[in-house]
Amino acid sequence: MPEENGNGNNGKRVGLLERVKAGVKEDVQSLRSDMPAKAKEQIEGLKDPTKTQVYTSIFRHKHDDTPRNRALGVLSNVFLHLHPAKINRDAVRYSYTWGMGGITFYLFIVLTLTGVMLMFYYHPSKVQAFRDVLYLEHDVPFGKLLRNMHRWAAHLMVIAVWLHMFRVFLTGSYKKPREFNWNIGVLLLVFTLLLSFTGYLLPDDQLGFWAVTVGTNMARATPGLGNEGPFGHMLGMTPYNDVRFGLLGGSIVDANALLRSYIWHCIGIPIVASVLMIVHFWRVRKDGGISGPAAVMLASEVKEPKK
Amino acid sequence: MDWRQLWEICSAPDNVPIVGLIPLLIFYIYLAWKQARANDELIGQLETNPAMAKTHHRKSWPFRPGWQKEIHVWPFLLRMEFLVAMIVTIILMVWSITLNAPLEEPANPNLTMNPAKAPWYFLGLQEMLVYFDPWIAGVVMPTLIIVGLMVIPYIDTNPLGSGYYTWKQRKFSIGTFLFGFIILWIAMIIIGTFIRGPGWQWFWPGQTWDHNRLIYEVNRDLPDLFGITSNLGKAIFGGIVVGGFYAVGGFIMHSLFRRYNPKDYKRMSLLQYSIMMFFVLSMVALPAKMLLRLAWHIKYVWITPWFNV
Ligand code: HEM
Repeated sequence: MPEENGNGNNGKRVGLLERVKAGVKEDVQSLRSDMPAKAKEQIEGLKDPTKTQVYTSIFRHKHDDTPRNRALGVLSNVFLHLHPAKINRDAVRYSYTWGMGGITFYLFIVLTLTGVMLMFYYHPSKVQAFRDVLYLEHDVPFGKLLRNMHRWAAHLMVIAVWLHMFRVFLTGSYKKPREFNWNIGVLLLVFTLLLSFTGYLLPDDQLGFWAVTVGTNMARATPGLGNEGPFGHMLGMTPYNDVRFGLLGGSIVDANALLRSYIWHCIGIPIVASVLMIVHFWRVRKDGGISGPAAVMLASEVKEPKK
Repeated sequence: MDWRQLWEICSAPDNVPIVGLIPLLIFYIYLAWKQARANDELIGQLETNPAMAKTHHRKSWPFRPGWQKEIHVWPFLLRMEFLVAMIVTIILMVWSITLNAPLEEPANPNLTMNPAKAPWYFLGLQEMLVYFDPWIAGVVMPTLIIVGLMVIPYIDTNPLGSGYYTWKQRKFSIGTFLFGFIILWIAMIIIGTFIRGPGWQWFWPGQTWDHNRLIYEVNRDLPDLFGITSNLGKAIFGGIVVGGFYAVGGFIMHSLFRRYNPKDYKRMSLLQYSIMMFFVLSMVALPAKMLLRLAWHIKYVWITPWFNV
């Protein structure tokens, strides 16, 4: 800073002080007068949060109770846009679909969430696996509830899939144009059962061990591919190279079988099932939405295709 | 009556879903039946009254002119979905708090569980092991079930009854499905769960499980009854019997189907017709074989060097 001589700058200095004082005064004044006004404005704004920038950046339309916005509420939401905007007035009746497809899907989500949490506590290796379950039951906070929920939701999902299929059959919903979606459904049924089955072994207790032993023993008898199945021997099948060996990663249910079960259960099948579900829901929409409750058709109205 | 035994089976945590499944099924069958009856009544009315058929809205639920035919998903469907999700969550919570998932001793290959049961949803197949060799019960049957389900939309040519509950318009297909689902699948699971005890023997509900019970069953093979002893003879004989079952059964089915379902019969192609015949007869074959076993202690019908049926 260059040296300043005498009091030459004194007046200026006083001027600066004055200016600062005046400025601060102004600032205080503005705080006094503007802030309450702004606060008032802010509070006014909170009364209608739908006008805030944050809100409008998330939701791409207004929330007025108009038919247009009701439709947009569904269509512009990635999760809800599986639904059409409007549906047949009777399609919401519980007695038609029993809600079973939806319940199945909801249970799948519950199973995914509880399953991921269980994975934090579980090692898919012999000795450790069983201890992990004990630990989960006795020491992990809410561990027992977590395990119970995962197990019972799995059982419920099996029941719900069956009931869903049963309802789809009874309402003839597999008929044209939904043949293909019924087939996707059959695959989903198979994968739901397999998901449940591969999970059965994971606690590595007597129940799971023997259930899986009984289950995979059947694979031994696969015609042509199992060592005890018809034609198995002729094709060179032994306990060490047949289809059961491939499933278990060994000739008995042991560490490899546990690991394979785990990977199928936690990664392989959930991915396949999720993909199939996406296709399933997509097709429900593309096939014209839910099949009914449709107007009844009379036998006399059937148009026989000309041959 | 051993109430304790009965209670132990019914309250075993992994059996509880089946105990729950039975009332659920009854409820939903009732719900479907109620709607089917209402629709069938309406169909009957409309068929006898063409004038009414022209103007009626064709549903058994009320509808007045002026009512909207379509409603918004938001909120009418979404609130239902939310409600159902809540109810399922509550049921699941209560169930999980009151009943613990089973955990037995650590897995031990040297200590066989008796009875060793598959998970309950596969018990129907395990029950079939009593009557069939594992390659049929464990491999062929599941395959046939899956394929059979998959072909349903392609062999059911009846255009009626799509999108509403009915019985009168689809007697054959609904009857067949009920037979497969309720009798061959659910009933077998119930037997496998509640009736089969140690050694996979039959114990009536409430009968004490006797781990030492032995049943001396002298099972015979069908060719033995006819005094056929040579291997070649047995193979040929069995082939004829099994083939004969499909041929004679097919003929009986044909004469019934042609009479009672003339329209479907006319519509179906040869391929559709033969596939339907094959699956329906294969379904009937299960109780047939069970009858042979239970009534005449017959183990195999068809014996060859490679496989037995
Ligand atoms: C993981 C298993 C499954 C999930 C999550 C699922 C989900 C759904 C949902 C949410 C719907 C909409 C209608 C409703 O809720 O009933 C639906 C419809 C349908 N599902 Fe599934 N489903 C599954 C398995 C199956 C199975 C096993 C079948 C048949 C074998 C099947 C065949 C169909 C058909 C044909 C429709 C259209 C029904 C109609 O338009 O009335 N699904 N599914």
